[in-house]
Formats: sequence, C-alpha cells, structure tokens
Amino acid sequence: MNTPAVDSPTQAPAVGPRVADLASVTRGDVEEFLYTEAELLDDWDLDTWLTMYTDDCRYVIPCNDTPEGDPARDLVLIDDDALRLRCRVERLNSRRAHREYPHSATSHQVTNVRVRPAEGDELPVVAEFVVWRFRGERSTAYSGRYHYRLRAVDGLLKIASKRCTLRMGSLRQVSDVAIVL
Amino acid sequence: MTIINDPVVTAPPAGPLVEEDRAAHRFRVHRSTMTSREIYAMELEKVFGCSWLYVGHESEIRNKGDFVRRPVGNRQIFMVRGRSGQVNVFHNSCTHRGAMVCRQDRGTSKVFSCFYHAWSFNTDGELVGVPGRDAYGDGLDFSKLGLRPVARVESYRGFVFLSYDPDIIGLEEYLADAKEYLDLVIDATEDAEIISGTNEYAINANWKLLAENSIDGYHAVSTHDTYFKYLGALGTDLKGGVTGTAKALGNGHAVLEYAAPWGRPVAKWEPLFGEASREEIGRLRADLVEKHGDERASRMADTNRNLLIYPNLVINDIMAITVRTFMPQSPDRMEVTAWELAPREELPQLRQRRLDSFLTFLGPGGFATPDDIEALESCQQGFHSLGPEYNDISRGMAREPQANDEEQMRAFWRRWHHQMMGDA
Repeated sequence: MNTPAVDSPTQAPAVGPRVADLASVTRGDVEEFLYTEAELLDDWDLDTWLTMYTDDCRYVIPCNDTPEGDPARDLVLIDDDALRLRCRVERLNSRRAHREYPHSATSHQVTNVRVRPAEGDELPVVAEFVVWRFRGERSTAYSGRYHYRLRAVDGLLKIASKRCTLRMGSLRQVSDVAIVL
Repeated sequence: MTIINDPVVTAPPAGPLVEEDRAAHRFRVHRSTMTSREIYAMELEKVFGCSWLYVGHESEIRNKGDFVRRPVGNRQIFMVRGRSGQVNVFHNSCTHRGAMVCRQDRGTSKVFSCFYHAWSFNTDGELVGVPGRDAYGDGLDFSKLGLRPVARVESYRGFVFLSYDPDIIGLEEYLADAKEYLDLVIDATEDAEIISGTNEYAINANWKLLAENSIDGYHAVSTHDTYFKYLGALGTDLKGGVTGTAKALGNGHAVLEYAAPWGRPVAKWEPLFGEASREEIGRLRADLVEKHGDERASRMADTNRNLLIYPNLVINDIMAITVRTFMPQSPDRMEVTAWELAPREELPQLRQRRLDSFLTFLGPGGFATPDDIEALESCQQGFHSLGPEYNDISRGMAREPQANDEEQMRAFWRRWHHQMMGDA
C-alpha cells in the first residue's frame, strides 16, 4: 500500500500514490495504484475502493460480442456513473445481493501495464487482467483488457474512467458479472 | 466438475410427473422433471423437436446476404437473407461430409463455403461450387445437394421462428392469444430493431426454472430488494406498488400484465427521465392515442408485460424490451441469450433510459438478474437434497389468479406435460 492521505470526514480515507502532476507519473506509480485497487476489491473494502474514483467517473463493461460498444447507443453489460457505482457498492455491501452473499473470493491480477502519453489532464493506461472468482465449489475466471483514464485530483491519482473489455466470447463460463472486475 | 453439480439420476415417479387436483387446489410437479437425464432427452425430442422456436429478429439480417448463426433447440442452424429478400434458415452442415458451412456468429456473405473440401452454397442454399465435379460422373444430381432448410420457418411481424416438425400447426395458430400481446409490443415500438450488444450467459439450472421465473411475480419483492432500493435511490416513487393479472394464453404461453410505478420510454414519463424528454414522451403518447385509441394506447404506455411464448421465448415489455431465449444443455444447465428491442429512431435521452433500465435490471451485470441466476441455481442444488419429491405450484388456485400467483406457470406445465406424454 502507498501513502494513505487526505482524510475525508464522510468517506473512507483516500488511497493511492501522491503525484505532483501527470507529467511526473511513472509506470511504477500507476502499477502501485492499480495493485491497490486490486487489493481493495479482493478485500471487499468497496467503500475505500470508491474513493479511488472521480466524482464524474465512468465504469463500463461492453457486451462480449461488441467490444467497441458505446453505452449511449449499444447494449452493454455495465455502464455506471458515480451514482450508480455507489449504488452498486451499496448493493454488494448488503446481505440482499443474493448472488454475492456470502461474497465470492476473488483474485484480481493486473499485468502488462502500459502508460500512454497524457491527453489533456488525463492519463490513458492500458493493462491486461485476469479476475478469478471462487464461489462455492466453482471457480471461474474473467479475462480481458483494462482501459483506464487517470487524473490527478488534489495531488492524488484518481480513476476518471475504467473500461473492461472482456476477451471471452461470451459469459457462458462465468454466468454473470455480479462482482466488480 | 464437482459433486454438487453432477446431474442426479432421479427416476421419474410411478405416477404422473405433473399432478393437478382442482378440488383440493393443489398443483404439483415432480422434481425429476428438473434432474432426470431420461426426461431431458425426451424433452429435446418432444418439446424442442415439436414446437415453434424463436430464431431471431428480421432486423438482424436487414440486407441480402446478412446472416446470424446460433444454435436453436440444441441444433446448429443459421438464418440468412436470401437473394430475393426472403428469410432462409438452414441446418449448418455441409451436405458432403458434415462440417459447418457458417463459422461466424454474424456477418454478410454471398456464399457459404465448407473449408474442408471447399463445397460452397449460395444464400438460398444451392450448391454452387464443387472442386473436381467431373470426378462424380453423371449419376449424381448436385441440385439435390443444397443446404438442408429446417422443416418449417415462419415469421410473425419480424419475429422469426422455426420448427423441426414438418406437421406442426401454423405459427399464428400456435401463438394463440399470445399474438395480442406481441402485437401490443410491436405496435407500440413500430419500426423496432434489435440493437447491437448481446447478453450471452448461462445458468447451472434446468431450463424450465427460467420459464417459471420469467413469469413469476411472487419472487420480485424478496429476490430483488436491492434493485427496488436502487430505483428508490434514483428517485422513482415506488409507493404505488405493482398490481395486475396473470393469464394463460393457450398452448402453454402466458403473460403477466401489470401497472408499476416506473416510467416507460415507450410513452410514460417519470421525473427520472428529465424535463427535457417530457414533451417528447407526451408527443409519443399522443401518437399512440391517435393510432390506437385511448384504451389501447394506455395499455401500451402504462402497463408492463412479461410474456412467455412456449417453450423458451420471453419478451419482457417493461422499462425496456428484452427478447430472451434459453436453451437446455443438460438437465441442470441452460444457455441464455438476450437481446434488446428498441425503436430505430428514438430521442437519445430516451434511448439512454431504455439502455440503463435494461442493463441495471435485466442484464447479467445488473442489480437483479444475478440474483435470479442465484435463485435458480439454488433450486437446482436444493433438488439434490432428494428430500421433497415435488415442487408446489398451487398459489392462487382458490381465487381469481393475480400477477403474483402461479396460474401462468401451471399453464406452462400443463402444456409441457401434454407434449411429453406424446398426445400433444
């Protein structure tokens, strides 16, 4: 874990590396940040995880057969803005999210991290992922590519956008996307 | 696989699989219908081999040569727009040695070639290419070696169905009273199309559990609490609750029709849609009234429909429209495929509401469908307890059935039983 910082009175403490500005961000910083996200998800500390996202964030998973899918036009699997992301967390924290109560054990594995040149105030990052999900006697794995857009907000890296393009041809093997990828 | 997911070889009972005692208000279904391999094999033949099955929507193959490939009733088929614009559905198998000639899920092509020995067929199924044709001598009639069309194909207002039974009744007669409900959906959407993005998932449970679930109003409150909380958080006023009726529509089809507090992009505004779209929705509604009269327009705009077309097509006409099929893979596994139907021309903010509603409620990444999947898998695992032998489907038998009763499920089971007993 990196430097915990900025106590917010209403939320869990924000996490992630301190950055002076986007130009100074190294791949090491970004990797640290993505590993932190993976750890929070695997620990089911979703309230803290939410603090990694900007107030105007977007979390999108297109359908398996439409990797370029545009949530404004095409059917996608997940298209969360900040409000819906909070609702998702609230749901997953409750005992009434039957598919995830009790929670699956997960292992978010992030590799092949590439930091692209900054575009305005955003830093595009591409990475590969495998997310293992163990539930009851079943183990399944999601595999695909993350497309992040990161921003520096008050000296902390934040996720403005996360798009998970699944590599699997369909969800047949994993049944659903009830967990956060 | 694990022990818990191994199919139980449950012997069917000595008595009937489905028992109805109207005097005692009792309807029971033997659980071997959900677990037995013998019954599963019989279903493929008697239910999926002898019903009209949904293939796809004509909007998916708008132009000549457009095709989609998908298994229907566990058989590999593909649907293609032929040279004169008609919809063809072929068994996906080369007439030479059997390989599939269509190897992509969708696309456009003038010709379907088998890569194995390079026989090729046009969009009407005719055999148009055979390398080294002269090796066959004069005895072989190549015109008889075209792709095999499925026994029957009929389209009802854009919805394409097939049957493997050449002697089945016509599609319209088969649809019986379900036609009226399909018409409501189609008339309200007018130029409807399947939009891009397919939900393809699977459930480790018997396919009939999803047929039941899709028209089961009783489970909504207990299973989908987090979804209703989400709607509440968005500002939808849920105090009005859900009221309506459940109906059997003949031939195993059934519907729930109900008024619910949420808005509907077809023509029922709610604050969540934003002030900007209020006028547009008012206009849509006026159009419906003009074309269909007050009563029918209000039914289209204000009421929701969960429609089951026997055996495995579900159209949810709610705050979005799903077209959903499910195919059994084994007694305890099914594959589900769902599409979204929407008017071709739609105001972007209404399309956005429709998309949001679909993926938050009806999709496998949403706030409700994963819980349905869990419920069905939980039933399937519960059957493995081998304790209770029967499921009870008696709810509402002693009264005029309501939307949260089970008369509509009994209609499904009666039809299923009738077909399985071989006298359908």
